Amino acid sequence: MDLNLYVWRQKDKDSQGRLEQYKAYDISPDMSFLEMLDVVNERLIKEGKEPIAFDHDCREGICGMCSQVINGVPHGPQEKTTVCQLHMRHFKDGDTIYIEPWRARAFPVIKDLIVDRSALDRIIQAGGYISVHTGGVPDGNAILISKKDADTAMDAAQCIGCGACVAACPNGSAMLFTAAKVSHLASLPQGRVEAAKRVCMMTEQMLKEGFGNCSNHYECEAACPKGIKVSFIAKLNREFIKAQF
Amino acid sequence: MRFVENPVGKKIAMSVTGFLLLAFLFIHLIGNSTIYLGPDGINTYAKGLHSLPPVVWTFRIVMLIIFALHIYFGIKVTLENRQAKPNGYAISKNINSTLSSRTMIWTGLIVLAFVVYHLLHFTLQVTQPHFITSKNLDYLGRPDVFKMIVLSFQRIGITLIYAIGLLSLMLHLTHGIQSLMQTVGLNNERFMPKFRLFGLIIAVFLLVAYLSIPTVVLTGVLKA
Repeated sequence: MDLNLYVWRQKDKDSQGRLEQYKAYDISPDMSFLEMLDVVNERLIKEGKEPIAFDHDCREGICGMCSQVINGVPHGPQEKTTVCQLHMRHFKDGDTIYIEPWRARAFPVIKDLIVDRSALDRIIQAGGYISVHTGGVPDGNAILISKKDADTAMDAAQCIGCGACVAACPNGSAMLFTAAKVSHLASLPQGRVEAAKRVCMMTEQMLKEGFGNCSNHYECEAACPKGIKVSFIAKLNREFIKAQF
Repeated sequence: MRFVENPVGKKIAMSVTGFLLLAFLFIHLIGNSTIYLGPDGINTYAKGLHSLPPVVWTFRIVMLIIFALHIYFGIKVTLENRQAKPNGYAISKNINSTLSSRTMIWTGLIVLAFVVYHLLHFTLQVTQPHFITSKNLDYLGRPDVFKMIVLSFQRIGITLIYAIGLLSLMLHLTHGIQSLMQTVGLNNERFMPKFRLFGLIIAVFLLVAYLSIPTVVLTGVLKA
């Protein structure tokens, strides 16, 4: 199939970016979206032009590196799928596709479709860890954890930190990301010890990084490639209230 | 960091003040509904209310503070959110957000403008100098609040202002009520659709209940 692409091109952080039009020819429906961009880039390189810069790593949907807003939806039209796992069979011959980087003040564009997501790392550094001494390696099942709590923690731990929640949020809030990390650790006994401090530190860091406030639009949940639920934001809110007492 | 500067703290402050304002809407509605008892009903209620100035003024001051805090946090959160998302997308799609959630600041500001008008209209009575309740008494010598309300709502323009204000309030509450549940942490996957429906039902109920008064006046069911 042939496609008409409008891709965000931006030389560097300080330059003014713009959408540029490209044609993608002979695209197989079995290609992934990133492979389609690889084909476009090969042609651009042959023509002596600057290839489109985009983030990618595992191309298996688990590393959280790919970060493109496709026709207004972070990670594109397929639910619970990263860009790398989105296949061209979801598009038709002659389609026009707009490809833009994540947009938020806390995610400055470095080049083209690549944004700096280190603000998310600093939220983790503010409290997304466990520092209590747990002693030597415990025997299996020495600390009993209910199935319900284990499931909640595992569901929250699905977050790959890609930042699609921030990209989708009309407020540029990282609340779903922060909520997933807070909920993951707060659901387990090892994480409970620092739960109060953690939720305060991580939400404060979110503000310092320039992310917005959550106003419960729930666009984040729709964009999340791992299906993280906004009920984790309610859990974060409960943890924050508990932390005040 | 202080509680009210934290991103969650600000939203909790908005939720608590929003909940108190919602509670006030029900109290106010009970008072308003005395109009259906006729002139004796609402005039007795109004006289009774004004015979307790310390209670009325304490209540008014507390409500004013709650209202001011809700507006302050609403504007602060909106401005911060706009700064956090300075650039939009060439193509933007809304999947889960609603008209109600996206227009909270605008419906909120319309409600604020409406409340100011409502206070000038019925409390301070500066918008209708030809009919001041302190000078127009009923047959028992009470301020004739009933007549003031009926004469006002017989004018289509005034009813229209109330309809716009109340519709904005409904839209604001449709998102506000379910958002409140999420912010105070009561939400979960099972209750989320129920809270959404609950919010919509409360919002529509308040719209219909409040708007019923101008409607019955305009249609001639209630006459002065």
